[in-house]
Amino acid sequence: MESIVLATEIPVEIAPIRKTPWQRLWHDKVARMGLIVLILLYFCAAFADPLTPYSMFYSDADLANAPPTPVHFEDAKNEPSWPYVYQVERQFDPATFRQTYVEKTEKKFPLKLFVKGEAYKVFGIIAGDIHLFGIDDPGRIFLLGSDINGRDNFSRLFFGAQKSLTIGFLGLLVAFPIGIIYGGVAGFAGGIVDNIMMRIAEAIMSIPSFYLLIGLAAILPPGMSSSERFALITVILSMIGWAGLSRIIRGMVLSIREEEFVQAALASGMAEFTTVVKHVLPQTASFVIVAATQGVPGFILSESGLSFIGLGIQQPDASWGNMLKAALDNVNDLVNQPWLIAPGILIFITILCFNTVGDVLRDVLDPKTQGT
Amino acid sequence: MSVPIYILKRILQALPLLFIISVMSFTMLKLAPIDPLATLRANPAISAAAIKAEEERLGLNKPPVVQYGIWLSSLLQGDLGVSTSGSSVFVLLMQRAGNTLLLGVLTIFFTWLIAVPLGVWAAVHRGRWQDKLCSMISTTGMSMPTFLMALLLLMVALATRMLPIGGLTSPDFFERDSLGQVLDMAQHLIIPVTVLTFVGLAGIQRQMRANLLDVLRAEYVRTARAKGLPENTVIYHHAVRNAINPLITLLGFEFAALLSGAALTETVLAYPGLGRLTLEAVMTKDMNLVMASIMLGGVMLIMGNLLADILLKFVDPRITLQ
Repeated sequence: MESIVLATEIPVEIAPIRKTPWQRLWHDKVARMGLIVLILLYFCAAFADPLTPYSMFYSDADLANAPPTPVHFEDAKNEPSWPYVYQVERQFDPATFRQTYVEKTEKKFPLKLFVKGEAYKVFGIIAGDIHLFGIDDPGRIFLLGSDINGRDNFSRLFFGAQKSLTIGFLGLLVAFPIGIIYGGVAGFAGGIVDNIMMRIAEAIMSIPSFYLLIGLAAILPPGMSSSERFALITVILSMIGWAGLSRIIRGMVLSIREEEFVQAALASGMAEFTTVVKHVLPQTASFVIVAATQGVPGFILSESGLSFIGLGIQQPDASWGNMLKAALDNVNDLVNQPWLIAPGILIFITILCFNTVGDVLRDVLDPKTQGT
Repeated sequence: MSVPIYILKRILQALPLLFIISVMSFTMLKLAPIDPLATLRANPAISAAAIKAEEERLGLNKPPVVQYGIWLSSLLQGDLGVSTSGSSVFVLLMQRAGNTLLLGVLTIFFTWLIAVPLGVWAAVHRGRWQDKLCSMISTTGMSMPTFLMALLLLMVALATRMLPIGGLTSPDFFERDSLGQVLDMAQHLIIPVTVLTFVGLAGIQRQMRANLLDVLRAEYVRTARAKGLPENTVIYHHAVRNAINPLITLLGFEFAALLSGAALTETVLAYPGLGRLTLEAVMTKDMNLVMASIMLGGVMLIMGNLLADILLKFVDPRITLQ
């Protein structure tokens, strides 16, 4: 009797036996969090212009190295009020040689939403001049203080994200095709060609990567435009990444080419190169996807490290690395200016998200490592 | 193959590799548009003849191929040349390489000391909170940029005033007795070693966990359990020993990664190591110095891998060297 009762109680909803990798990725709470944060970060980078109060180059020379503008949520009588800020004024103490900023409390500058500000073009095409928030001149709202040129750190974080976040993917787009094709050809050619190709790859891997990176970055002539520099730094970063990948791909190709379906393709008269591209390389796809997710953090880290020591993205362009350089320059007073660390924290969060998503993706796509 | 012959074979294999490295890095430096004599040229007090003599001394007026030939032949005679500042490259490298080596060895020691037990702990408590905590620590570590971690620790040091800020020695280092000198250096090493250890923890910890989980599925572990051995003996006596072996291969990689990973940390913390020296040399296009330190980096990396392979042979007699 009992067994019959049990049988009728089998839940009507049976979970699908095979979920797509995407569903399993989304199902994992940690990976989902990581994905959401990443999407948010990329959204902020893409729509940096309308989301920020100032542009990347906007500067107020009277407010250099200012601390974050205090935003008041209470009026003078401690009653809650619409957020407002005061204009700040620089004061210099000749005795201690310190500059301080004091609020001028005569006039309130209420925070305004969707204000008209500097004109911009999102993605270089959609023109606009509405900013999510801002305040009237001559008040300034610098939520994370200003840098040495009086530029808004908060806004520049968004514009820095455009560089720091895209360089990872652009680096992949250059490095991975090179690595995959190089490794594929070496693995399939075999013999002396394979030997020479792999020695070259090993030589690149044998130079400590950071030395190679700074060596290559030093080649860049100083007078380049910022977009040229950006492109060349991407190329430099990919120079480091492809060699390791090509070795692994070569190893995989070496084993896959012995499989029967490849032998069959060759026997039926397919050209070797076509065989590699059509039959062998696709077999490495799931490895490549995982390696790509785990490769992006490396590129982001290299770019910010390079910019951090002054060899990457140059001022006045913003990148998280060169913004963090301000923290290094003020290291003795860092305790009083903790907001200078903000770009570093963003680098950390981005890499953390990529790493968690990459880990889960690996488990999802690679059944061999399942559960370990 | 006996060990000495194997070492000889590996060294012979490494020579063409080092040759390719040297050609690549030389080409790279020659392409760089920085003039190594720019500071001299900008100084009106220095005559054109003196600059000419300096060019002659550094061999800058000859075609690049000849310059490379000169560099290579003097390298083979054991001469690394002089840096643009006039001091011997060999002496400079020896001063700095020792410091980087000290940092590297200490870091590897502490990484292993912490990561291996953490990996075992995580594997034994697989899927429970201990495992999750470890995975959280290692993910945080591997996502932390070294320069951010160094900056954060500097902030802590500044706020508490308990640790020295940067460098390797205090200004009064040479007035202290030898015990005081060691203590002083140890104090200065705390921050850089902590940074590099925390960042390097993840790799070893995860590998250890995965290895141990693999080993725990092996037949001999089941046999050990079946014959009634206590679980602790099974894990620590039988499984962990075998799970550590594959980690030794990582040692070589770790060494290389430290070499380049330490460069940024050294820069932030003003640590007098090889990375910072190379960085400064690249900025001033000090050709002999950059070439020498890239070559030294390559040699250290190859040596690291070789040492790891030989160590593995001693630990695991099943492995044959070929």
